[in-house]
Amino acid sequence: MISLGIEGTAHSIGIGIIQDVKGKCNVLSNNIKTYSPGKGGIHPREAANHHATYIADLISESVKKTQIDFSDIDLVSFSQGPGLGPCLRTAATAARALALALDKPIMGVNHCVAHLEIGRGTINGCKDPVLLYVSGANTQVIAFAEGKYRVFGETLDVGIGNCLDKFGRFMGMEFPCGPKIEELAKKGQKYLKLPYSIKGMDIAFSGLLTSAEQYVRKGEKLEDTCFSIQETTFAALTEVTERAIAHTEKNEVLLGGGVASNKRLRDMVKTMAQERYASFFVPSQDLCIDNGAMIAWLGFLMYNSGIRMSIEESVIDQRFRTDMVDVSWRE
Amino acid sequence: MNKKIIYRGAEAEICLSRYLEEKAVQKRRIPKSYRIKEIDSFLISFRTKEEAKLISDARLHGVSVPIIYDVDLKEGVITMQYLEGKRIKDILNDLDEKERKRICNMMGKSIAKLHNNDIIHGDITTSNMILLDDRIHFIDFGLGSKNGEIETKGVDLHVLMEAFESTHSQHPDCFDYVLEGYKKEFSGNAGTVIKKIEDIVKRGRYR
Repeated sequence: MISLGIEGTAHSIGIGIIQDVKGKCNVLSNNIKTYSPGKGGIHPREAANHHATYIADLISESVKKTQIDFSDIDLVSFSQGPGLGPCLRTAATAARALALALDKPIMGVNHCVAHLEIGRGTINGCKDPVLLYVSGANTQVIAFAEGKYRVFGETLDVGIGNCLDKFGRFMGMEFPCGPKIEELAKKGQKYLKLPYSIKGMDIAFSGLLTSAEQYVRKGEKLEDTCFSIQETTFAALTEVTERAIAHTEKNEVLLGGGVASNKRLRDMVKTMAQERYASFFVPSQDLCIDNGAMIAWLGFLMYNSGIRMSIEESVIDQRFRTDMVDVSWRE
Repeated sequence: MNKKIIYRGAEAEICLSRYLEEKAVQKRRIPKSYRIKEIDSFLISFRTKEEAKLISDARLHGVSVPIIYDVDLKEGVITMQYLEGKRIKDILNDLDEKERKRICNMMGKSIAKLHNNDIIHGDITTSNMILLDDRIHFIDFGLGSKNGEIETKGVDLHVLMEAFESTHSQHPDCFDYVLEGYKKEFSGNAGTVIKKIEDIVKRGRYR
């Protein structure tokens, strides 16, 4: 079965085309175009305008690149939520138009669950992981338990990516700030003590952000501040992931989301996994960030398990919780 | 001394041990090589000290906890009483409805006693409660703190609510039973704490 997926929850519009091969996901093509705000944070309407401008061409290009015909597509999937309303609506509208034009079924999927399923679908040995999902908006520790993907820990305020971006903007950096902070952190040597806030398995970043900004105002080196931000936030993220592994008694760790590209975070989670004799997995870079292939793959899994969605049911849900999804495709 | 690890948690190992003539356990916080030395030693000694203080404080106020025999801040080791009971996590789902309600009521009362004295457990899950002599013993105060705010008490209970949702989801009434017991024992206005839990749920992302 060939499934085309449209991702559009936030700043990226992505078209992915996948085919299932013996229960695994074969990515035929995965194209992404990202909106970058001139200054400040992401503007939902401008992001949606960006997506609307590029989406039609991106779909045609993707189909062409994959060397298939439109008629070969068996299913159209799209990101139903969670995300920014205007962006979600743009992607959903495109999906509906395409499904109706091709007379093929449509499937709305949960974006967070897609991040986990693409790991299971593309990585050998990745069967039942605890996912540390770290992106701009989302920071969740997700694992399968009792028929659903449950959130074992999450941020109580902002996502880790947003935390890094906020600090970066304070320093006058351009979006995305994560990679720049990572570079600066490499040159940091002195650890500046920052609030380390874990509540149960949940985590909070806002106090740390204020504290970090104060260090800079007081004249501490930017390199040291970046180093300290990374060390503190990533240690806390690694700790909540480890707690979830201990609690669920699973032995696989999967990293996903845009911040998963950070090498220091990867190293920390990997070290933790090794010390617990757990396997450590990260999908390839283009499957870690927001992308259409993961949407296409989850759409396939749902369709294949017998779920059907009518056009009327394909309404977006900005607050689509990870644990609202009935995971009928897993034992 | 013979050291048999009986449990390996996320941050600490529990070994069987003896203290004088008593059967004891040692909770040892394990250094984590994923984090830098500065964060690692700070967290280990800070949490060991806080935990020992909170456990004795809880006991002083009539909440069942293990008796502390010895504390080593540098090594991050607390030596305490061995509780030969059952984890609530392992038994709760298999109890009949009446018994489950009784246990959850009891849970709520004990949590209220902690909160009456501004003791925040920080990680109230059913894996951190042991049933022994028909009393719920609270263990692992590793993420606890001393705090009088309604907000913190709400967050404390919210952690338990989430634990129920993830581990005992087939019994959705558990948390209500806990609140029932909590209301009976809490010395302040329990309604404000419960209202706070609702606020925290709404504040959570995508609810």
